[in-house]
Amino acid sequence: MSTPQTPLPQAVPSAWEDGYTSPIPVVRTHLGHALASEWTKIRSVRSTMWTLGVYVLLVLGIGLLFGLIIVNSSSEYQGGENPLALGFFGLLVGSVCIITLGVLTTASEYGTGMVRTTMTACPSRTRVLAAKAVVFFLVAFTVTLFSAGVVALAQTALLTGNGARQPTGEEWLKGTVGVSLYMALLGLLSLVMGTILRHSAGAITIMIGAVLAPLVIAAFMYAQSLEKVQEALFNYSIPSQLAIFYANSDGPLRDSGPSGWDPLWIILGVTAAAFAGACALLQQRDV
Amino acid sequence: MIELEGLTKRYGEKLAVDNLTFTVRPGTVTGFLGPNGAGKSTTMRMILGLDHPTAGNVRVDGRRYQELKDPLTYMGALLDAKAVHGGRSAYNHLLCLAQSNGIPDRRVHEVLDTVGLTPVARKKAKGFSLGMSQRLGIAAALLGDPRILMFDEPVNGLDPEGIHWIRGLMKSLAAQGRTVFVSSHLMSEMALTADHLVVIGQGRLLADTSMADFIERNSRCYVRIRTPERERLLDVLSTAGITAVEQDGGLLEVEDGEAERIGELAARHRVVLHELSSRQSSLEEAFMQLTAGSVEYHAHTGQAERAGQAGQTGQAGQAEPAAAPVQPAVADMKKES
Ligand SMILES: Nc1ncnc2c1ncn2[C@@H]1O[C@H](COP(=O)(O)OP(=O)(O)O)[C@@H](O)[C@H]1O
Ligand SMILES: [Mg+2]
Repeated sequence: MSTPQTPLPQAVPSAWEDGYTSPIPVVRTHLGHALASEWTKIRSVRSTMWTLGVYVLLVLGIGLLFGLIIVNSSSEYQGGENPLALGFFGLLVGSVCIITLGVLTTASEYGTGMVRTTMTACPSRTRVLAAKAVVFFLVAFTVTLFSAGVVALAQTALLTGNGARQPTGEEWLKGTVGVSLYMALLGLLSLVMGTILRHSAGAITIMIGAVLAPLVIAAFMYAQSLEKVQEALFNYSIPSQLAIFYANSDGPLRDSGPSGWDPLWIILGVTAAAFAGACALLQQRDV
Repeated sequence: MIELEGLTKRYGEKLAVDNLTFTVRPGTVTGFLGPNGAGKSTTMRMILGLDHPTAGNVRVDGRRYQELKDPLTYMGALLDAKAVHGGRSAYNHLLCLAQSNGIPDRRVHEVLDTVGLTPVARKKAKGFSLGMSQRLGIAAALLGDPRILMFDEPVNGLDPEGIHWIRGLMKSLAAQGRTVFVSSHLMSEMALTADHLVVIGQGRLLADTSMADFIERNSRCYVRIRTPERERLLDVLSTAGITAVEQDGGLLEVEDGEAERIGELAARHRVVLHELSSRQSSLEEAFMQLTAGSVEYHAHTGQAERAGQAGQTGQAGQAEPAAAPVQPAVADMKKES
């Protein structure tokens, strides 16, 4: 090792114990610290409040609007249908907000350079990502559960007066907790995508594209030979999977594609795989 | 204490940091000097474990940065003052950092006070001037009251009062026994703050020396003379064994000369002098000379081998500033691949 030959005035060589000792108690940091930090981060920027506010407005507004239109239209609501199904449209439009918030949670730190400060404060990169994921997931789930719950209650109240049936217990569960889990996971997938791409606009575009593109592509597949592909694109598109949570539980099962709670397991699998990939990338890349 | 050993970073074709070996010791301010693009920030990112070294390693008190369980209370760093979320207030920015390391909230108020940002603590960072951002970055570095501090070009954007403040701050931090590592591309700045100096150019170590030594070695002292009787004075001086060099504009310069002796000689021989002054070339000049060498030799794209660096620090007593670091590197130049 080439150490300087010149003697240093005050330095005491090779004694790490020497030097300054802080009066601040030393804490071994753990995931809990990272969670507290990420919670402060997510609640302390106005863009979070805006995105979530617009999300709640969309889900409530569109959900209630559809309910009112049907109540006031002369045609009676089909007695056999799941009355919660009208909540679907609000969530579909609102998914743009959840995707945006998810992506911004990670990608905005790359945009500003804040990520270097974050990773300096918490050198475990997986811990940072895990903390962001947990905080975001809980926020997204809670907010969706609240909005979807309000819409579901309002619509049942409106429509049962119009001759619709009461939803079954499982329909309630799927139409509130089920869709909330699904939306929160969709946002989490966006968050992971934000880490992988490190670019807000790019990641948001890709995620919105992933939601819409399969349906649009399927719509233009006329050729007979592509029928199977068209059907798969349709069945596995995110809107169709979200709609499965609103399917009639006693209705006829579709002959192909996911059903029941399948969409949840599918997006869970995809998100877990993306998360693992993002962790590997985080370890390997320079911040 | 920060120890770098053969630290190297390559970005594609670009060798940003080339085999750096040096030690940053506690109790002193170590200046990290190099022109823009020399690799200072890259080196600091590697110290913090943000960038993976291509070769070599760096230890913070014997451990890799990633192994520190309490990073902020151990080491505080200011890398890029503008690297904060613009929508977050100064207070919340510091709060989230404090929480991530279990640092009590009261420290946030303390450091805001230290850097003088208390009045704007609740304002969004977006509206901060570069100087205010630098102060916020310094507050973040001080948050954990760490024993090691690292600042990347901290005086950029600060007003004179702010620059004065940060010089005093760094000196007092070092006086408390902390390790202070601060980078700059300005020699004059380093001369005022640093006790020890590490100079790099094109990613390579050019000097690792105490500030006092660097000044002594690199500041050329000479006597400047202006006279209407040049030839006569030259005769007088050469008889006395003094070599004077003729400069532009009819000036004469005597290296390491004594103005008193020259003045007395001139008076005794009745030579008229219009000017007689002792002068010192600036450190900035010495620094430019040093780093200009690194640019020139970089064209060979050879790697300075370990021997080259050892030789360089070994020749610390040499008078020629550029010669000492560069010559051994050239001598040991090896063909790559
Ligand atoms: N992430 C990067 N990718 C590619 N080149 C880089 C990267 N970071 C730095 N460099 C290059 O490495 C060299 C050193 O840069 P830097 O460490 O920022 O210098 P300094 O801080 O001394 O001005 C520069 O030529 C710069 O262009
Ligand atoms: Mg720099």
